[in-house]
Amino acid sequence: MASVSTTMPAATFARPNPLRICFKEAKYEFLKCLRLPMYSVSTMLFPIMFYVLFGLVMGRQTIGSISTTVYLIPAYGTFGVMGASLFGTAATLAGDRGLGWLQVKRASPMPIYAYFLAKVVMSVIFSTVDVLMLLTLGMVFGGVHLPALVAAKLVLTLVSGSLPFSAMGLAIGYFAGPTSAPAVINVFYLPMSFCSGLWMPFVFLPRFIQKIAVFLPPYHLSQLAFQQVGAGQGGPTLWHWESLVGFSLICLGIAWVGHQRDQKANG
Amino acid sequence: MAIAQVVPIQRSRANGTVAEMRGTGKNFGAVRALVDFNFQVRAGELTALLGPNGAGKTTAIKLLLGLARPTSGRVSVFGADPAEATTRTRVGAMLQVGRVPETLRVGEHIDLFSSYYPNPLPISETLAIAGLEDLRNRKFGDLSGGQKQRVLFALAICGNPDLLFLDEPTVGLDVEARHLLWQEIRNLLERGKTVVLTTHYLEEADALADRVAVINKGSIIAEGTPAQIKSRTAGKKIRCVTQLPAAVIRDIKGVIDVQSDREAVVIQSNDPESVLRGLLSLDLEISGIEVTSAGLEDAFLALTREEK
Repeated sequence: MASVSTTMPAATFARPNPLRICFKEAKYEFLKCLRLPMYSVSTMLFPIMFYVLFGLVMGRQTIGSISTTVYLIPAYGTFGVMGASLFGTAATLAGDRGLGWLQVKRASPMPIYAYFLAKVVMSVIFSTVDVLMLLTLGMVFGGVHLPALVAAKLVLTLVSGSLPFSAMGLAIGYFAGPTSAPAVINVFYLPMSFCSGLWMPFVFLPRFIQKIAVFLPPYHLSQLAFQQVGAGQGGPTLWHWESLVGFSLICLGIAWVGHQRDQKANG
Repeated sequence: MAIAQVVPIQRSRANGTVAEMRGTGKNFGAVRALVDFNFQVRAGELTALLGPNGAGKTTAIKLLLGLARPTSGRVSVFGADPAEATTRTRVGAMLQVGRVPETLRVGEHIDLFSSYYPNPLPISETLAIAGLEDLRNRKFGDLSGGQKQRVLFALAICGNPDLLFLDEPTVGLDVEARHLLWQEIRNLLERGKTVVLTTHYLEEADALADRVAVINKGSIIAEGTPAQIKSRTAGKKIRCVTQLPAAVIRDIKGVIDVQSDREAVVIQSNDPESVLRGLLSLDLEISGIEVTSAGLEDAFLALTREEK
């Protein structure tokens, strides 16, 4: 009897643990996307496929002083991180918003930050897997030899890029419709990738595109990653970081405007 | 002891008001969705908001859930702001939703929502109440319409809330699935929960509700028990086949209204006995006599017609 009376009040006064909510939210957001082949396969497949085709199959070539198999890890790494983060946040947010699921969540006591945090965590996980797969392919089949510290810094730099692109995803997700979101994402994703020199070495791009590139976040992220393998082409490190932070803040501002607009439309 | 055992289970009826809208108005741009709305939800009762599509039922629910802010007046739930986190831990909601993440399993959805609440039901109990035990490992996208609604119902109750909002819970369900959900709602009431339900099925309000508020064009036009609402219109309907012209029938004492229905006439009356006596004396050939109570549907039609 004594044990009953001591265990009951503990259960009655339990509070939901915010950390536990965030953990579960992130876990299920990850599982949800992992089981969606349209997301999990396509965000993984394209960077890997490009790397295999242009890095491994085309044979050993060099860009500047480094081999293509090394050069393409930062390039397609940026491409992969950007895709995983944009589709992971924008497409799911637009769907949840447009079809009422976000409202069901908001009516529950779930803290709203848990919802957004889960998307960011999910994007970071998929980005990490993307980058690690590229690195592994390069080391096993492409003759890439990077010191452990360099490799670690390269992975961390690339994966940190999922934060600005998640912010961009939120901005898009708040303005795109549930069915149009993937198309809208591609309208930004593909041209930005091209103009930032992710598909073609930056120095080969026409001059006017090079001038546009400095305004594009994938350019800055890829340059930071290129610097890790000694292939940086322009600008000081700090400038690239500042640009990414500034871009993130602008995107969060746009997302906030979208959030306010939604609140107004719903009441 | 034997006597004590046959006493039926009484629902706990603390007479407190758990949710209240006072003079609440809500505009969406130029559209007035709710106008001077006064509404109370009493503890332990099922209150039905009944009205045609677009009457303002869902808007009222959104205000009570803190998903929308009133343009004027006030909304309180458990004496507090419905948008506050502490209020929301005592409230569950089943809303109309277009798409639920389809790749998560039933048990995973419930596990996640249970984590939001301080004292959730054990997942197995939530599954049992919603009749989902066999579907725990099924992905949401593989469920039938009725099963999907039951999952949304499970998400509303998994936190063991004191107050439940069910927005059109049985819309699109077949008769069997609807009756199953009704039974689940009745079980909740027996456990002392308070329920607010919106519906445009009159039968549903009649079957479940302790009190009904009839809404039309953003205002409450009648409120009371289902019986009180029904009594707002003529008490009985007499249907019969007769040669008598409508004008003659109308002159019989106690007749309120006469309408022709295919080969027969339908007479509304508060005093069916004297109307029947009159009919039988005037028409010896009269046949096919049926006397029925006017349903909630008649009351509802009459009430919304008065409005026009």
